[in-house]
Amino acid sequence: MDVVVQLQRQLADHTASLFHEGFLNEQFNQLQQLQDESNPDFVVEVVSLFFEDSERLLNELAKALEQQAVDYKKVDAHVHQLKGSSSSIGAQRVQGVCIPFRNFCEEQNIEGCLKCLQQVKHEYSLVKNKLETLFKLEQQLIAAGGSFPTL
Amino acid sequence: MLKSQTGMEDGFLSSVGAEDSKMLEPPTKITALVVDDDTINQMIHHRLLDNLGIRNQVVRNGKEAIDVHCSGKNFDLILMDMEMPATRKLRAMGIQSMIAGVSTNTRERENFMEAGLDDYQEKPLTTSKLVSILHKVHKDG
Repeated sequence: MDVVVQLQRQLADHTASLFHEGFLNEQFNQLQQLQDESNPDFVVEVVSLFFEDSERLLNELAKALEQQAVDYKKVDAHVHQLKGSSSSIGAQRVQGVCIPFRNFCEEQNIEGCLKCLQQVKHEYSLVKNKLETLFKLEQQLIAAGGSFPTL
Repeated sequence: MLKSQTGMEDGFLSSVGAEDSKMLEPPTKITALVVDDDTINQMIHHRLLDNLGIRNQVVRNGKEAIDVHCSGKNFDLILMDMEMPATRKLRAMGIQSMIAGVSTNTRERENFMEAGLDDYQEKPLTTSKLVSILHKVHKDG
């Protein structure tokens, strides 16, 4: 019983910090609201898709920015996609970096773009880590016989 | 008392601000088509609609949206990602479904509306944005 209470507290604290530190916004709550008994893995499924998409896009961005003649339209298209998908799951800080990134693409500013690429990789890796911890805690809680509230 | 296909009672609709939920048609009567090339949005929009008891189909782009209508299908609501030519084509085909643009491209909003939209919502789509679209589906129906 204590284990369940402890895990619930850990999960609540971790979730609260994700919102408080701006990693996630209200859109993530929307996803949680869509999870129920008939769709128990909805959030994990959507977020997993986000991870796959983002990793592909980050690789494409790195390749595109390494080219002798950078195709800024292509770079911008990738950033636009990343901005869209991060906003769809509520990954606020990733979404936030995409805005100046797109501006640098418009200006064809290679230094600005490279800097933003580093920042967006950093923010992505942080939010990925924190979401994986969140899902791990949820799994541990279920395994211990507890449940977590869905909004 | 309204129940969605998933068994959710109208308390849910009320809790997300659909105060006139009784004015909505029983959810099983409304059908929708999601047009979006992004798999994350496809999944979220499909689930948002499912959650409100709305039978829906997902296609990837304007061409597929037109093809599905040419195959004889019709929908009460079309959630259209930025696809202006397809919107114009569907209207030219005589499709009178409610078409709600769901996009991030605010600069193109006016052009998109002129192509034949009935409503426009910015991404990401949420339950309350969807409910506000659905109220219009009922009123125009």
